[in-house]
Amino acid sequence: MENKVPMLEIENLHASVGGNAIIKGINLVVNEGEVHAIMGPNGSGKSTLALVLAGHPAYEVTEGSVRYDGQDLLELAPEERARKGVFLAFQYPVEIRGITNAYFLRFALNAIRAEQGIEELDTIDFLDVLKEKLEIIGWDESMMNRPVNDGFSGGEKKRNEILQMAILEPRLAVLDETDSGLDIDALKTVAAAVNKLRKPDNATIVVTHYQRMLNYIEPDFVHVLADGRIVKSGGKDLALELEEKGYDWLAPEVAAV
Amino acid sequence: MSKSSTAETRYVDQFKQFSANGGKSAPAWLKELREDAIGRFENLGFPTTRDEEWRFTSVKDIVAQQYELATKRELPSLDVAAVAVSPGDSHRIILVNGKFVAGPAPESLPDGVAIHSLGRAFESHGELVRLHLAKYSCERENVFAALNAAFITDGVFVFVPPEIVLDRPIEIIYVSTSNRPMVCHPRCLVIAGRGAKAVIIENFTALEGSEYFTNAVSEVVLDANADIGLYRIQREATNAHHVATTQIYQSRDSRFALTTVAFGAALARHDIQVVLDGEGAECSLRGVYSIRGSQHTDHHTVIDHAKPHCNSFEHLNGVMDDSSRGVFNGRIIVRKGAQKTDAKQNNGNLLLTESARADSQPQLEIYADDVRCTHGATLGPLDQQSLFYLESRGIGEADAKRLLTYGFGAEVFTAVPDSALRERLNKLLKDHLGAANAK
Ligand SMILES: Nc1ncnc2c1ncn2[C@@H]1O[C@H](COP(=O)(O)OP(=O)(O)OP(=O)(O)O)[C@@H](O)[C@H]1O
Ligand SMILES: [Mg+2]
Repeated sequence: MENKVPMLEIENLHASVGGNAIIKGINLVVNEGEVHAIMGPNGSGKSTLALVLAGHPAYEVTEGSVRYDGQDLLELAPEERARKGVFLAFQYPVEIRGITNAYFLRFALNAIRAEQGIEELDTIDFLDVLKEKLEIIGWDESMMNRPVNDGFSGGEKKRNEILQMAILEPRLAVLDETDSGLDIDALKTVAAAVNKLRKPDNATIVVTHYQRMLNYIEPDFVHVLADGRIVKSGGKDLALELEEKGYDWLAPEVAAV
Repeated sequence: MSKSSTAETRYVDQFKQFSANGGKSAPAWLKELREDAIGRFENLGFPTTRDEEWRFTSVKDIVAQQYELATKRELPSLDVAAVAVSPGDSHRIILVNGKFVAGPAPESLPDGVAIHSLGRAFESHGELVRLHLAKYSCERENVFAALNAAFITDGVFVFVPPEIVLDRPIEIIYVSTSNRPMVCHPRCLVIAGRGAKAVIIENFTALEGSEYFTNAVSEVVLDANADIGLYRIQREATNAHHVATTQIYQSRDSRFALTTVAFGAALARHDIQVVLDGEGAECSLRGVYSIRGSQHTDHHTVIDHAKPHCNSFEHLNGVMDDSSRGVFNGRIIVRKGAQKTDAKQNNGNLLLTESARADSQPQLEIYADDVRCTHGATLGPLDQQSLFYLESRGIGEADAKRLLTYGFGAEVFTAVPDSALRERLNKLLKDHLGAANAK
């Protein structure tokens, strides 16, 4: 048996937004090298969990703990989490007008490099990094001089999230419905990029509604989230089963959602 | 009006002095124009906040100050390269306290192009100047423009003859150097012939931070199919006062694009007036104002769609920090018969503190029925979702805020066609906001 190194340990996590309890006791351990898929009906709390992990200030953790590499993740500011390798590909990426993609990406990469004690990249050196990463997601440089996500199609925004992931090389990547809005070719490219970025010592959480994505990014575990709790966990076959039967068969409380 | 009557009298006395001395050698028509203007100034008097056009902007500090009229003509030691916005090979003009002190060598200009002092133009282009000078600016209603006209001696004259395309920009650097309260009335007249094309930069800056008052008027006249890009950078000293009118007159199929940047002055008021007086004319006004401390910046724009089939586009964004206040008033007039007008207006206001303030007023006056006019205004703090997005990528809160603030301004410049100038404007903004951060 190989030695499992826990990276993320979520224990009895409760979180609320605007006074409404959304996450109601989640337990989940993600070890190095693993891919976990999280599925579940609309409004079950998948994005809330993802945003809590990234440190969104609107979401309040009311109970429980999250440890990341043995450290208390919840006490870190969002940017500190990112600098330590936590990355969230947003379900709804934000448009930042007036800032070009290239400028933003270099700024972010340099912030992370500074944390790691690596020297900052100037525009020219960054361009080399950028070119290499653009290739992974099949883009040319023209997208880089456009403002971040401004006027991007839904699919382009998702691809841009993966580009950011490719550049920032996170240790823990949470992909929140990155597959939604992608056509089949784009999905293949994005999935291939995610697979290419996998390393034995990083981990990925894939939030999705569709088995389709999981054909390309094969999960080690599949969890079903319903009403703020994980109501079922299993191997990759669980996703197939969900695709076939939906969520209703799982538990009375899920059916009630 | 009676309250400030002493102030008006002071300027009228100054005018009499000026007419007998520095202004003596002018052609008769100009003397007449000035007399006319000072008369109108006296009649109108300085505005108060009871005047609709000045509701949010009080000029009482200007009225109260006893400014001396700038008369000296001298070239200070000035690092032009550091102040200039355009590349080194541009045609540069320097005005010091409103007086023309240096311009490009005539032999460096294409045939027929004139870039020199307005004073010289009274002789070299007398008829042309007489035809256009002070003919468009709304001096009838605009007391500061009238005051400026009363003191016209020199200033800048640019003439681009028909079908001439200037491949290098013209940069006019207006420098204030005074170390005591002083008023100057810089004047600029640009005439673009049929199909002529040029890029012009007006760059207002100061060597010393005294309480001077700049009262500037620029007029740009575009003949049919002419194309003028005007950039205007206002970085006056932070305790100076800056009142200005930019008046544009467009003939058919002409294109005019203004990009303004306003960072300076304790009090800045800029009136931008465009008359689209020929079918197919097109204009765009873009601007960024970014102020802090107790600065006050007011933009009043009027776009007059006098003829059918004209397009106008307007986008001004203001960043207000500390307890500064930004004012925007955007008036769009669509005259009777100006069908197929397409006018878009947008004013964004970013309030970085609780005590910063912004007033934004669209004013649509539409007398035609087949037109498209849209306007929008936003007002508020930095967007929290955007802030979180940047932070989630490892960017610290202070940097993220600065980046977003910068983006809010830079967004306006995205459409600036000349990439070198766009980069220059972006850098000005970056440096300006960086300085704010370091305070
Ligand atoms: N900022 C917020 N304010 C109020 N309610 C919120 C907020 N964010 C999420 N919610 C609510 O929390 C619940 C869970 O939302 P969440 O976005 O986490 O669901 P999800 O599982 O990601 O759904 P989907 O599959 O549609 O993306 C929903 O009822 C949602 O309306
Ligand atoms: Mg979601």
